[in-house]
Amino acid sequence: MGKELRETIKEITYKHLKKNNSQVFGQNLTGVGWVAGTLPKLYEKDGVIELPMADVAGGGIVTGSALMGKKPIYIIRYQGYNWLNCTFIVNYACKSNEIWKIPCPMIIRGIASEGSIGPVAGSAHISVIYKMPGLKIFSPMTSREYSAVYNKFMKSKDVFYISEHRQSYSNRNEFKNEIKGKKDLILMPISVTRFEAEKAKKILEKKGFKVGIIHLVNLKPFTLEKKWIAAIKKSRAGVLMTDNDYNDGILRTLAHQIIEKTNKNVSVLGLEDKTAGHHKKVDNLPPDDLKIVKKAISIIKKF
Amino acid sequence: MINHNKKNFLLDVFKKASLCRHFENEVYKRVSNKEINFPVYLSAGQEYGPATIAEIVKQKKIKPLIFGQHRGHSIFLSFGGNIIKLIKELKGKKDGCTYGMGGSLSIHSTQINMYGHDGFMGSNACIGTGACFSSNKPTIIFIGDAALEEDYVLASLSWVSKKKLPILFVVEDNNYAVLTKKDERRDWNAKELAKAFKIEAYDTKDEPGKILKSVNKNLFKKPMLINIHTNRIFWHTGAGKDQENVFDRLLQQKKNLGASAELIDIKIKKKIEQLWAKN
Repeated sequence: MGKELRETIKEITYKHLKKNNSQVFGQNLTGVGWVAGTLPKLYEKDGVIELPMADVAGGGIVTGSALMGKKPIYIIRYQGYNWLNCTFIVNYACKSNEIWKIPCPMIIRGIASEGSIGPVAGSAHISVIYKMPGLKIFSPMTSREYSAVYNKFMKSKDVFYISEHRQSYSNRNEFKNEIKGKKDLILMPISVTRFEAEKAKKILEKKGFKVGIIHLVNLKPFTLEKKWIAAIKKSRAGVLMTDNDYNDGILRTLAHQIIEKTNKNVSVLGLEDKTAGHHKKVDNLPPDDLKIVKKAISIIKKF
Repeated sequence: MINHNKKNFLLDVFKKASLCRHFENEVYKRVSNKEINFPVYLSAGQEYGPATIAEIVKQKKIKPLIFGQHRGHSIFLSFGGNIIKLIKELKGKKDGCTYGMGGSLSIHSTQINMYGHDGFMGSNACIGTGACFSSNKPTIIFIGDAALEEDYVLASLSWVSKKKLPILFVVEDNNYAVLTKKDERRDWNAKELAKAFKIEAYDTKDEPGKILKSVNKNLFKKPMLINIHTNRIFWHTGAGKDQENVFDRLLQQKKNLGASAELIDIKIKKKIEQLWAKN
């Protein structure tokens, strides 16, 4: 077992600040928890900058920093705050290189979380910015994946959105794709649903189904590896994609691309089309292992 | 310190303002005859703000970061942006100042450290604040009286004050948000607002002497805001006039400065007409 993802993020951030004289911006960074232990205990003199509680302006301030070549990291503590925080990032930073030939590279760490935190703070919200040009989106859930995304960023001139999930911070394991042979169904999970999809796969296999899994980390640009296409084409019932965002967003956008490349059935299972309340009884949670199993069986039975 | 009583200073400002005016007059013709057919925001009537500020920083030998927004042709030209490249930009050419992508609203120039604008009114306040914070370079942010009302501009002012950044906010106050007057939109003024954020603030007409007197002492030593009352001669966008007989600072200054200004103005007009014809 490797180190916890939170430790990896913390080490990357420390190195980024010290080696590149960069800056980390966000709200409530130096308060209790240091962003769930993912931020080194540093202050403004070291480049950890507390922004005012002004979400729209904050994104603009970080854009200005990026424009100066600082390669800043911007922490958005709940992904629902993308609605406010990303206005100037997607409309200025992401377009800067194309319009003005001035790169504006930055990392946005958007943190998703689940469970009794209501209609805005809960779940992932990258669908709202997915369509914008000049933006790259990743959703690493392991240390190795996170390091790979960071290394890619350091060679890039683009804005990188890293869709994180609080539940992944304690993760020490790596994920493996499994697509050997002819499968009944291939799971393609995103973000926190990757943990549940792994469990669902085991349950389905115990029931006698042949289930593959392809973990999605690179969400934009989204490319399908040749071996993935071959495995999907070979499968009996195609693909089930899962995510902790609504169906009518990134899930269906990516599903469409998979259908175009494979001409196979691609089903999606994300959040239900309803607003999350705060109490457990009225929450809107991403699909768990049992829900994925149920959906998978219903798809396989159709073919 | 610059002596604002010197006629040379006033003439130097006049040269810049005259350049801007004749440039805009040429654009006006081309918008009218549909040679230029995207939204154009003419700065005629508002030249004296950027022209004066540009002359002040030139004399102080400071090359600031500049963040403008729409109605920014006069900013671009006053600070020494390449006029031919701006003409080409407005003609949509690839060798324009923004490679044919910027139109009128999103123009930029690396030569003068002028950064482009995305189209959100006042976004340059936040972006300029971040650029200044991370670079610690003197920065000028030009906004209009309407952009000042954007919530994120207010948040930027607050943070600029907290961090004591070397920023000059120039509010080009033409009284209009498109056609809605200031007194229909708010009951506060820019100077009071800035002072509430503990920012050194001034409210003045667009007379060069008054602008100089306001900013001369503490420019880039601390955050500062100057609200400059000015008059938009043409429509918010496009070629047309909302009203006749708008007070015209350029004409007034030309009259005050006399024959030498008259001669400068004629020469500049001719030069601009030639440049537009040639490019």
